[in-house]
Amino acid sequence: MSDLPERQTDIGPPHYEQFLPPVIKNNYGKWKYHEEIDAGHMVHVSETGDKVHTVRVASPRLISTDFIRDLCNIAEKYCDGHLRFTTRNNVEFMVDDESKVAPLVKGLKDSGFLVGGIGPGISNVVHTQGWVHCHSAATDASGLTKALMDEFHEYFTGAKTLPNRVRLAVACCVNMCGAVHCSDIALVGVHKTPPRIDHDNIKNFCEVPSTIGSCPTTAISPDPAKKSVKIKLEKCMYCGNCYSVCPSMPIADAKNDGVAVVVGGKVANLRKPPKFSKLAVPWLPNNAPRWPEVVQAVKTVLEAYEAGAKKHERVGEWVDRIGWEKFFEVTGFEFMIQHVDDFTFARETWRTAATFKW
Amino acid sequence: MGKKYDTPLLDDLESGVFPSFVTEMKRAAEQSEYANDLLGQLELSFKENLTHWKHGGIVGVRGYGGGVIGRYSDIPDQFPGIAHFHTVRVNQPSGWFYTADALREICDIWDKYGSRLTNMHGSTGDIILLGTKTENLEPIFAELSSRGWDLGGSGSAMRTPNCCVGQARCEWANIDTMAITNEITQHYQDEMHRPAFPYKFKFKIAGCAVDCIASIARADMSVIGTWKGDIQIDAAEVTNYAKGGMDIAEEIAGLCPTGCITWDGSSLTIDNSNCSRCMHCIAKMPKALRPGKEKGATILLGSKAPIVTGALLSWVIVPFIKMEPPYDEFFDLVDRVWEWWDDHGKNRERIGELIERLGFPAFIKATELDLHPQMIKEPRRDPFFFWSEEDIIK
Repeated sequence: MSDLPERQTDIGPPHYEQFLPPVIKNNYGKWKYHEEIDAGHMVHVSETGDKVHTVRVASPRLISTDFIRDLCNIAEKYCDGHLRFTTRNNVEFMVDDESKVAPLVKGLKDSGFLVGGIGPGISNVVHTQGWVHCHSAATDASGLTKALMDEFHEYFTGAKTLPNRVRLAVACCVNMCGAVHCSDIALVGVHKTPPRIDHDNIKNFCEVPSTIGSCPTTAISPDPAKKSVKIKLEKCMYCGNCYSVCPSMPIADAKNDGVAVVVGGKVANLRKPPKFSKLAVPWLPNNAPRWPEVVQAVKTVLEAYEAGAKKHERVGEWVDRIGWEKFFEVTGFEFMIQHVDDFTFARETWRTAATFKW
Repeated sequence: MGKKYDTPLLDDLESGVFPSFVTEMKRAAEQSEYANDLLGQLELSFKENLTHWKHGGIVGVRGYGGGVIGRYSDIPDQFPGIAHFHTVRVNQPSGWFYTADALREICDIWDKYGSRLTNMHGSTGDIILLGTKTENLEPIFAELSSRGWDLGGSGSAMRTPNCCVGQARCEWANIDTMAITNEITQHYQDEMHRPAFPYKFKFKIAGCAVDCIASIARADMSVIGTWKGDIQIDAAEVTNYAKGGMDIAEEIAGLCPTGCITWDGSSLTIDNSNCSRCMHCIAKMPKALRPGKEKGATILLGSKAPIVTGALLSWVIVPFIKMEPPYDEFFDLVDRVWEWWDDHGKNRERIGELIERLGFPAFIKATELDLHPQMIKEPRRDPFFFWSEEDIIK
């Protein structure tokens, strides 16, 4: 290892300024307004009169260094070597003159990139690692994302539009390493069965007090005779948090792990405050590679939203206006005992009024 | 190259319009044994509906307690190329702007030492280099850090701060999100690289209440840009929107949550004293309406995903703070919050959960926050409140 360069610590990330395109650097903090030209192109106009045209393309997020080099080649050919990524894993190419937009778009399309993701449609999916790289995944995230976006790509490219943005997200377990709990329509991998206890290994791999402490419903208690723990099965709601701290309590169950669909969340403050997503469908099977039941459920919500929402209403605003009892009616989703909350904030969700719709 | 795997289930995901992660894995697999075995194992997961990753182990680079996520296959005999498959989190530059040269530099290092697979980016914001062996970690870190790149956060530490594009390319950014994010990251390098907190702590910096970085849903401390003063109106541009077909009465005035906008058919007026700065009107008429001129941020605290006691949205702890260099007031606030959390937080207890357990009033007192009605949605409904010794009539 003697040929390695000298390491440095605690230097932090490189300063962003060295990566900014000149038009961005020159107009930093001076932007006046912007216009969305189409689903793949927007323009920001500065107080100085300068303009930056942004063209956005999709990425599968799990990408090879070859893909990154492809992006770099495009950036070099059309954008003086500059590019950026977005919160939703899209890639943006910026040019300082409108005449450069058409060649850039052509170059991107010729190289096989999918242009879009801007405006009232479906942008890229925020998602987690799934079976690609996570030990606690109850479903795969990249596979679900691909299946969804193949079905709904017209909302990405602008061929179809919606009353407002619909943010999709996928979390492969309830840890939710992504903003799934506040998305318009989100999928979350769930378990249906309690963890199994590997009594022989707990004492070697797990710290008993922290394992007990990890349980949100106090279902886990010590089992001194076995130098292990026991689970009060009727209290377990299969969150898997014990498995996070104790590898000897595996919870994955191929036949029973599946996908829940939650809807109506948002993070923006526009019109109505940010909202959590709420349960629409408690469980659908892991039917890889394309999860047809899950894709259909999302399609059902999208179609009902498109038919029922007023312009500018997000999914959650639409559901709030029509009421959840109507949501179950228009989607045809079965209302099940799992929809009735019995966790931390349950009481706030029960109906304390005599007014509701038939 | 090792065994070539049949992957009929994954192959199906190479068809369709949207770009395919399977295609990406195959491209990497052409030259990487890691990626090749990852394809084989993932196909098995798709077939069995089961993950094949074991719990992470503790791996890392010398002097750091985080930045690398240990990962091991649970069937290493079958897939020896991913017996170790650790993730390296590389701290992204604020705003995710890059040059081609900078990205190629990272690709070169990763092609040499890793799987050739990445996430651009992880949910927290880091560049994710996905999969390498333990013995490669030090060389990777030397190669990266000598070229000016550092690792991000993991474990019970400050996680890599992250932000929206901010003033680099957005007219609504009331604060310089990219500068603030860089400043926080540099200020707390030790807190990020050497986990010493009760649990993780995330900062996300949003330029306005549109919150493109989902700060209010997934940051322990959410910094959201806002303003004081009147929304700036360009009357001529308002007229242009009306002429262009916008139904201002219905789409703008009618959807204003506080009803503070009036449209008489030719001119738009705003009762700014009743505006809650939700951004709807500004977002729909960006050429005509702009935020007010006195800029700052609202600080909110506590959001997180459902584990352990339910998902939380961040709530207001400081309604308005100037966010300008050197950010002394902000860092002083962070230090007070962390000190209280450090004193009272249990192992794996997020700040939001701790405040729920001990009470928002206790937190307000301990961190010496100024009280404002803007901090709550409504006052308490119950008659069960505490008094201090000095409040008692003797």
